[in-house]
Formats: sequence, structure tokens, C-alpha cells
Amino acid sequence: MSAANTPEVLRPPVSKSGPIEWVKTNLTSTWYNAVLTVVMLALVIFFLRLTLSWVFFDANWDPVRSNLKLFLVGQYPDEEMWRIGVNALMVSLLMGVSWGVWRGVARTFGRVIVVGLIVIAVLPLSLDDLSLEGRIWVAANPGMIGLGFVLARAPFIRPKRVVIAWVVAFFVAILLLRGIGGVAFLPEVSTTLWGGLLLNLILAVVGIVASFPLGILLALGRRSNLPAVSWLSILFIETVRGVPLVTLLFMTQIILPLFLPEDLRIDRVTRAMLAITLFSSAYMAENVRGGLQAVPGGQVEAAKALGLNGPYVMIFIVLPQALRAVIPAIVGQFISLFKDTSLVVVVGLLDVVGIGRSIFLGNVAWIGAQREVYVFLAAIFWVFTYSMSYTSQKVEEALRVRRN
Amino acid sequence: MRFLTLGGVPLWRDARVLRAAAQIISVLIVVIVAVFVINNVLDAAEKRGFSLGFGFLEEEAGFIISESVIEYGAADTFQSAFLAGVLNTLKIALLGIILATGLGVIVGVARISSNWLVRTVAGVYVETFRNIPLLIQLFFWYFGVFLLLPPVRESIQWPGPVFLNARGFFAVWGSASSSFSTWIWFVLAGVILALAVRVAAGQVQSRFGRATHPNLSALAVLVILPIIGWFLMAESPLVRDVPELGRFNFEGGLRLSPEFAAFLLGLVIYTASFIAEIVRAGILSVQKGQLEAARALGLNELQTMQSVAFPQAMRVIVPPLISQFLNLTKNSSLGILIAYPDLYFVSRTMINQAGRAVPIFLMIMGAYLLMSLTFAVIGNIYNRRVRYVDR
Repeated sequence: MSAANTPEVLRPPVSKSGPIEWVKTNLTSTWYNAVLTVVMLALVIFFLRLTLSWVFFDANWDPVRSNLKLFLVGQYPDEEMWRIGVNALMVSLLMGVSWGVWRGVARTFGRVIVVGLIVIAVLPLSLDDLSLEGRIWVAANPGMIGLGFVLARAPFIRPKRVVIAWVVAFFVAILLLRGIGGVAFLPEVSTTLWGGLLLNLILAVVGIVASFPLGILLALGRRSNLPAVSWLSILFIETVRGVPLVTLLFMTQIILPLFLPEDLRIDRVTRAMLAITLFSSAYMAENVRGGLQAVPGGQVEAAKALGLNGPYVMIFIVLPQALRAVIPAIVGQFISLFKDTSLVVVVGLLDVVGIGRSIFLGNVAWIGAQREVYVFLAAIFWVFTYSMSYTSQKVEEALRVRRN
Repeated sequence: MRFLTLGGVPLWRDARVLRAAAQIISVLIVVIVAVFVINNVLDAAEKRGFSLGFGFLEEEAGFIISESVIEYGAADTFQSAFLAGVLNTLKIALLGIILATGLGVIVGVARISSNWLVRTVAGVYVETFRNIPLLIQLFFWYFGVFLLLPPVRESIQWPGPVFLNARGFFAVWGSASSSFSTWIWFVLAGVILALAVRVAAGQVQSRFGRATHPNLSALAVLVILPIIGWFLMAESPLVRDVPELGRFNFEGGLRLSPEFAAFLLGLVIYTASFIAEIVRAGILSVQKGQLEAARALGLNELQTMQSVAFPQAMRVIVPPLISQFLNLTKNSSLGILIAYPDLYFVSRTMINQAGRAVPIFLMIMGAYLLMSLTFAVIGNIYNRRVRYVDR
């Protein structure tokens, strides 16, 4: 065998890396990609310059700065503000405990919240706009999260108990905000004073919590093999899903009082909650139905073979599996419900958007600063919804990895 | 207790009895609630003296609507006011759906571009607009942009006769001349013939295996016939209509009110961010093996896209896309907040004017449900047509 006959040995291609190579493959792989990159770059620079110069030099942020309290909690009385603070601390503590119990799953969200709160506490605003007391309340929350995180190692803390604690905390929070008539240190705070971002959060949380049992019932009803039950469920679900939320809000504000006896009066915030709950329960029913369909038929058959009766099969075998499967969908629903709570402004409630509109009524000098206020509102909602959807994406990825 | 058994099984454990009882009870609950509600409404109607009938629809409405597709004035009936509102909703919904689909497809394709910058910008677009409530975006566009535009005399002029000011958006447009009504028949004939050509060419191709390019041939017919018609007319059917500065505002040409322009822009930008994600997921759902198999069979890039990737992606894209169309239509009820006279806004004005809350509320519900039903029917027909057939 002579050297001439030896096939030429090809060396493996050298993998190139480095910034220049990155630009070549990601920005200028073909001639039209290069053109696209240049055009896009010009557009991005144009918009960034426009936006940044407006935000830092041209915009008049006075209407936002001097109304921070209104935006956050509406007209909630000053001397009762501690209740909101206590609620926040309670939620922080539970969040810390959850973070400690579920570790990886809640980690991202926990970090986002801690950083966000610290940023708020040290915002470079004057003490008139954001009082020292307020800053301390805000800064206490990361501490509470940390406390919860440490507490989670205690032996009596178990996942199931944490879930129960969240449910209890929900009722405690509502009770604390509303107060009890006749109790000296907890005077009743009328719901007409609830407002701002607090109202949006309450509406969204109440909507999702209250629609959960309703949604499960409707989903079971829709899948029932009793024609009367399933037709009634379908009628309700499809009617509610077919009309805009605005019409439901309108119904509970104006039509509902006609439906009830004259001496039965429900306040406006509660009626808005009712509309949001009805709306949410139809969507919840469809989500739960998806979960029910995902439970393999063999599970039901096995349960029946073991001698469980119908309700037991549902409660102990089907529902636990179905509900676990729909958690991501419910998070998504909560996000869109939170966005939808901005619609209560249609029926005149002073949520964060309603406050944004009403501050112009009081001050003519600000009339030109509408853009600033709406950008601020957009930023608030964006921070909330984006951090929630980002977390749920991460959670889903983590769960998918674990399952595989 | 013997009489409570049926064939040896006690009644309360007999499946048939339980099923019947469950149904009777659930219907009974609904009927009781309905009777309670109707009783209260009738009671309130009698005490406060309002009527529940639809007779008022024939009466004079007595309010004006700022813009309308049909002729409408304050002297017209409530019926035509409601119709004007419905048509305004359909107008914004239809235009919004077309534009949002276009923008959404572009952004969705950009999301999976090989160009990092394009991909990132598209991602930022989606994450920004999807996560901000539509209402706030509408307020921003209307109060923060369109109403803050310069007054008529200082209008912003774009290249060409296109103007933007606080009173709206004005652009050059074609207005129909006397020969337009004849020419429209050529357009119609073009559409029908194009459909026929597409079907016929498709059959020839599938039976004889000769490439007849059904889509291209149909497109050619669709374009050529109206062009022939255009030159056959004595007078050109569409006349250039340029907006001219009149005494108070621009006159002539296409005019979009600031309400309509802001509303359309907001709806399109918001909905497109959802559509982009649907399109992206659809394209990514096509299995790589399908594309490789198509290339192995000798199809070129375009044919692979057209006959292999696209039909499979559509199967994933269309159902959620239709539900986005429905969402856009339902979201058009927000017009009331930026003074666009859609169905909901007009109905609220009708209630203020006529005081018939219950019948008008039923009309609102009926109109929206009819629209949802239409979308649902379209979706079902499509699903049945593209369903995988197991062989």
C-alpha cells in the first residue's frame, strides 16, 4: 500500500466562535438578512431615542408622583392603612414559606418580588410623595419573605398545610380590609373607599378564587350524562363566553337590582365582583374540562373496580389529577383576569385606571400629561402580568423536565 | 318501606330514579330562580312605571351618532340607531381582524427568524403589548396620541396628500364615478371566474398530473378581468379624491375620525401580539421529518412551504385564530370609553334616552351571541374540513 493510495483524511471542520462569528450567523447570514438588520437597527435606535428622551426630559411626571397613594390604594383612610400593610406582610410571609417548601418552583418569583420591593423602598422620590413610614412598610416585606423561607424548615410545615394557610389568609385579608362593624380597633371601611391597584388585585383574586368551585361544578355539569344538567351548563358557559365582560358588568350594575327584591341592596364593588366571578367561572369551567379530559379512562375504571362509588371516584381519583393538569391554564386565566379588572372603570369604579382618569378632573394644569399617566398605568400592569407569566413559564418548563 | 323499592332495589339507590331526580331538581332550581327574577322585574316595572316591551323601537331616537355606516339622524327610530351601532361594531371588527391577522403573521414569522435582531424586536413587541390591558392601550392612543395631535391648520403632512391632525386622519381615496356601477360587475365576474378556474385547474392537476398552477391561474383571472373592464369604460370608474383644506377641516378623500383611528390602532396592535404567538406555535408544530420528507421527494422550498408545511400549520393555527377574532369583536365593546359609537355605546345611549334597560340589554346580549355563534359555526366547518382522516 503506497502513500498515494491513502485516502486523504478530512479534518473535522473547525468550529468558530467569537463575536464576529456570532454576528455573521445571527445578523448577516444572507444579503437580505443584512439589509433587514440595518433597517431594524435604525428603527430601534430611532424609537429608543424618542422614548428615552421623552421619559427623562420631556415628560411631566407630577400627576403620577403626587398621587402615588391614590394609585395604590384609592381613598382607603389614612389611619387604617396599617391593615393593608399587615395584609402585605401576611402574603409575604406565606410567599416565603411557599418558596421554602416548593424550592425551585417558586424561586424565580420570590427573587423578582424581593428585588421589586427593595427598589420601591429606595425610590428616589421626596418623602412627601413616598413617606418614610410607607418605605419602612414596603421594606419589611422582603424581611418577611426571608422569615418565611427560614420557617419553612420547621417540621410542622407541610405542603398541604401551606395551601390551607393560603385559603385562610384570603378570608383573613378580606375581613381585615373590610373591618367588622362595632369592633373598636377594626371599624368598617366601606367598599366605596376601596380603590386603586388594591381594588384591581382584590377583584382578580376574588374572581379567580370564587370561580374555582363554580367552574368545577360547571365543568362536571357539562360532562354529565344527564341531558338536563349538561344542557343547562352548556347554556350558561357559552352565553357568558359569547358576550364581552363589559355587558356582564353592566348587567350586575343596572339589571341585577331589578332582578332582586327592592329591599335587597348590594354595594357596587360586590356587584362588580359578582360579574367578574360569573365571567371567570365560564372560562374556568372550560379549563377544568380540558383537565378532566386529560385523565385516562383507565383511572376511572380501576377506581370503580376497587369498589369506589361515583362521587368518590370523582373526588379522590379524577379531580386531583385533572386539577393538577390545569394549574398552568389557571395561572394564565388569572393573568388575563387581572388585565380585565381594568374594565370596571366602565361602571364607574375607581380602580387604578379610574383613578388615572379622575385625577385630571381635579387639576387643569395636568390636562396635557395624560400620556404620562397612561404610560405609568401600562408599566404597573406590565410588571405584574409579565412577572407572573414569566414565572409560570419557568414553572411549566421545570415540571416538563421533571416528568420526562 | 316496601313500597319504596323497585325490583328489590330501594328507590334512593336506584340509578334510574337518582338520574331523574338530579335532572328534575336542577331544572326546578333554575325555574324557581327564573320565576323569582321575572316576578321582581315585573314588580319593579309596575312600581316605577317602565314598560318591558319592544314597542319603543319604532319611536324617534332623538340623539345623534358621531359616525355611521348608514344614513342616520336624530329624527330616525331607535331601531335604526341600534342598527347603526351594530354596523359600526362590524366595521371596526372586520377591519381589525384583517389588519391584525396581517400584522400578527408578520410578527409571528419574525419571531422565528434566523436574524437575531428581528427575532428579539418581535419578541419585545409581543411581550410588551400582550401584557398591558387593552383599555390602557386605547386610552394611550386616544388621549395620549390622537387628541394631542396639532390642530387642523398645523396638520402633519406625510409624503403625498395624507394628513394627520387632532380631528382625524385624512388620505387620498378613490371616489366612485358614474361608470363605477358597471365596472363593479367586472370585478364580481372576476371573483366568480377565478373561483371556477381554481377548482377546474385543481381537478385537471390531480387527475392528469399536469402542473396547472391553480392558485396562480386564479389570481391572474382575478386581476386581469377588472383591468380589462377599467379600460373598456368611457370614464374611469374611480376618480382620485384628494382631501382639501376647507373652512374648518379637510374635505373629501378618506377620513378616519380620531376615535376610529385610535380604536383600530389599539385593537390591531393588541390582537396582533396574540396572533403572532399562535402563528409561531403553528409553524413550529410542523414536524421536521415532514419538511425533510418533502425535500427528499424533490419539492423545492416554495412547494414545501405551500403544500406540506402550510396546510399542517393551518390546522394548528386556525382554531385559536378564530377565537382571537371573536375576542377582538368582543373587545370592540370598549369603544364607549373613547367615544366610538359601537353597538354597546349606542345601546347605553338608548337606555339613557328611552329608559328601557331590560329589553335593550337583551338586544345587546342577542347581538353579541349571534356574532359569537357565527364565529363558532365558521370554526366548526373549518375543523371538519381539515380534520385528519384515519385511513
